[in-house]
Amino acid sequence: MKGVSLISNQLTIHQAHQLLKAKQLSSVELTKAMLERIHQVEPKVHALVTITDELALKQAEQADELIASGDANPLTGIPMVIKDVICTKGVRTTCSSKMLENFVPPYDATVVEKLNNRGVVVMGKANMDEFAMGSSTENSALFTTHNPWDLSRVPGGSSGGSAAAVAAGEAIYALGSDTGGSIRQPAGFCSVTGLKPTYGRVSRYGLVAFASSLDQIGPLTQDVTDSALVLNAIAGYDSRDSTSVPYPTPDYTQCLTTDLNGLRLGVPKEYFVEGIQVEVKTAIQAAINKLEELGARVEWEVSLPHTPYALAVYYIIAPSEASANLARYDGVKYGFSYQEADSMWEALEKTRQHGFGAEVKRRIMLGTYALSAGYYDAYYLKAQKVRTLIRQEFDQAFEKFDALITPTSPTVPFKIGEKVDDPLQMYLSDVCTLPINIAGLPAISIPAGFAAGLPIGMQIIGKPFAEETILKIAYAYQQATEWHKQRPPI
Amino acid sequence: MKLTREDVLHIARLARLGLTETEVERFREQLSNILENFEILQPVDTANIPPTAQSITLQNIVRDDEVAVSLPQDQILANAPQKDGNYFRVRAVLE
Repeated sequence: MKGVSLISNQLTIHQAHQLLKAKQLSSVELTKAMLERIHQVEPKVHALVTITDELALKQAEQADELIASGDANPLTGIPMVIKDVICTKGVRTTCSSKMLENFVPPYDATVVEKLNNRGVVVMGKANMDEFAMGSSTENSALFTTHNPWDLSRVPGGSSGGSAAAVAAGEAIYALGSDTGGSIRQPAGFCSVTGLKPTYGRVSRYGLVAFASSLDQIGPLTQDVTDSALVLNAIAGYDSRDSTSVPYPTPDYTQCLTTDLNGLRLGVPKEYFVEGIQVEVKTAIQAAINKLEELGARVEWEVSLPHTPYALAVYYIIAPSEASANLARYDGVKYGFSYQEADSMWEALEKTRQHGFGAEVKRRIMLGTYALSAGYYDAYYLKAQKVRTLIRQEFDQAFEKFDALITPTSPTVPFKIGEKVDDPLQMYLSDVCTLPINIAGLPAISIPAGFAAGLPIGMQIIGKPFAEETILKIAYAYQQATEWHKQRPPI
Repeated sequence: MKLTREDVLHIARLARLGLTETEVERFREQLSNILENFEILQPVDTANIPPTAQSITLQNIVRDDEVAVSLPQDQILANAPQKDGNYFRVRAVLE
């Protein structure tokens, strides 16, 4: 079909599915057009660690057979990319780390297995901050991803490659992972739709572990309908992840209606102070006014007084869990291995010295300290107790409200290099997203405007396992606005 | 909380993480700074507050002990930096 290359960087999953089903477009044609697009923009964006063109074309051929036989589902034949922290059998999975630069997993993550069963087309693996630790993708040991809206700025992180690939039209959707905002913050920075499901909703089997009580996999898409379609495919209990919940999963497209009458929304004031950029504040207030117009009842000035503690709680708990999870990188079973050492201990220390980058080392050190004898009670245990207070505060808020609305990030995307030498400043760009992981809640970031051409994201936070409520609100907003339809000039 | 050079070396040893001299000094400064920021938690009243280890309340997940196929040895060993036949090759622990 002529003109595929012109439209492919704007197609959503549901639009592409219609074209595929109506035989107006084949998956092979679509995949070739997307590969062409990748080769066109990748030299500027640098979103992908690995491009799996052969695999993609093979999967596209198989998808076309499925479609011909009438067995297509909404994801069949749709080209997508996977954050390089999710294991793909036979396809290198690096975590953007020197430690795993040549690691080829012998198995698929559960989410990949589920997508493959639906006949998806995997175009490649997306760049990220090393081991998902970071907010800008500058911590990738391989290269830095550039924001398609302004190539001198960061795409956010840690799922920056996933978000940039979707924004730049290199993939129709992507999978990311979110430990403290790693799906939502880059979604906000790249003006795409990013959903972090409730902790336990999606299996983490095959997701390389960062902080096990916080990690969750979710989709980055061009609109909310696509989020629902991907969540339909990946949600559900998995016996291989004992933290996945044995609850039934609904058809998430059924909740996508535009009537918000009767919904109660709260706006926590703590998310609008301290360092928030004025354009972000104005845009989110306007977006909330729009939700009010659509029928929601909004209460401004809600207070969640423990919010200012979330950053410290997160940066104690996540590094503590990371220091334990990353103990497995010993240079023996897989991964980088330092061979020139004289003893076992030296080999171990040098393997980790040369295999990990600066931020990963910083967090291992921080976590090891917080868990060490004499400091455990003052740091780790204290943080876990304040975590309880933060959870309880959300529970109480959700007795009054169906959802809470905040900015996704306090600023628009910052310049590459701007915060790289100041870890605390970098940590602050997740200040609106990390309380949600602490409480294990579902949240979605959707495009809500621009400041001087730079994207602004709105975060909608729901009760545990109430993904339907936040998808509905986000859907209603997108039906009434055009922000999500804008594409970067690249 | 100001960390000393010895503190940094102690933590690095616990984590089996080799550091260069430059890293020792940089981490001493940066980690001191970050830990100072964590002091914000100390005044929070957490008396009688139980800790949260995870946010959902699932408990005692068990499964039947069923025999199942596991990954074949050659696939498990495929990523090994050093191997010897069907074994991972490691350095001597006791010398």
